[in-house]
Amino acid sequence: MRTPDIELLWWAGCPSTDRAQAELEQALGDVGLSNARVRRTEIDTDDEASSRGFLGSPTILVDGVDVASPSPEGDVGLSCRVYRRRDGRISPTPDPDDMREALQRAARAREEDGR
Amino acid sequence: MSVSIGVEAPDFELPDTDGSTHSPDGDPATVVVFTCNHCPYALAWHDRIMAVARDYGDRGVRVLAINSNDAQRYPRDSYEAMKQRVATERWPLPYLRDESQEVAHAYGAQTTPDVFVLDAQRRLRYRGAPDSGYDDPSQNAAWLRGAIDAVLAGGDPSPAETKPIGCSIKWKG
Repeated sequence: MRTPDIELLWWAGCPSTDRAQAELEQALGDVGLSNARVRRTEIDTDDEASSRGFLGSPTILVDGVDVASPSPEGDVGLSCRVYRRRDGRISPTPDPDDMREALQRAARAREEDGR
Repeated sequence: MSVSIGVEAPDFELPDTDGSTHSPDGDPATVVVFTCNHCPYALAWHDRIMAVARDYGDRGVRVLAINSNDAQRYPRDSYEAMKQRVATERWPLPYLRDESQEVAHAYGAQTTPDVFVLDAQRRLRYRGAPDSGYDDPSQNAAWLRGAIDAVLAGGDPSPAETKPIGCSIKWKG
């Protein structure tokens, strides 16, 4: 499987970064991408948040695409991001199934593109 | 500043979403919860805290939710947004606006949520998280309920203090 570019955007005001990283690494292992490298990028100013379209911490991008759909009430800025798991629970991290699907989708797209 | 277990907690008077003011006095137990409208931890624990207010209301326990976040930078925490939320969700407890952030500073609140249980003399008897798992509704705010039960029974909560988990309070400036 081709390895996509994976970036974890985080803000220090939110305590869920390490959990998100752990769940992301688990998802990478689940889809056979355990050798993939995760870039962690700290967002710590309003200007950075604005320029990156940062919807809150943590945000995980796979080949530049958010692993989760932005919630309707999501605002760009320094905040903790609200996710909704597939069972309806509110969570500070994305649903692992969403991560796995995003990783597989990106890896397939890279294979099809020959990247 | 922060309040230590066993020490009298600061008094305050804050407006709710109807404009009525509330203070933490005169009840066998008072729960003060610093919370907000957009933090995933506060939202995940929200239903459990509402259930505590419903379950203990007829036992003389008052639950006061306080939003101290800077609404300038976080408009979703504005007084108007608080009013809309309470009207939509039919809260069983008052949602208070701490516009100056003085109450959050006086209590040493750090996160949303951050829970403080006071006894009839307004002494702090428990401080921390509602329970040990924001992602596990079956925990049912066990630490908070245990602390209230202990205060109502004249005993000491155990644990009396846990680490508050949540989003940082959004301070001004």
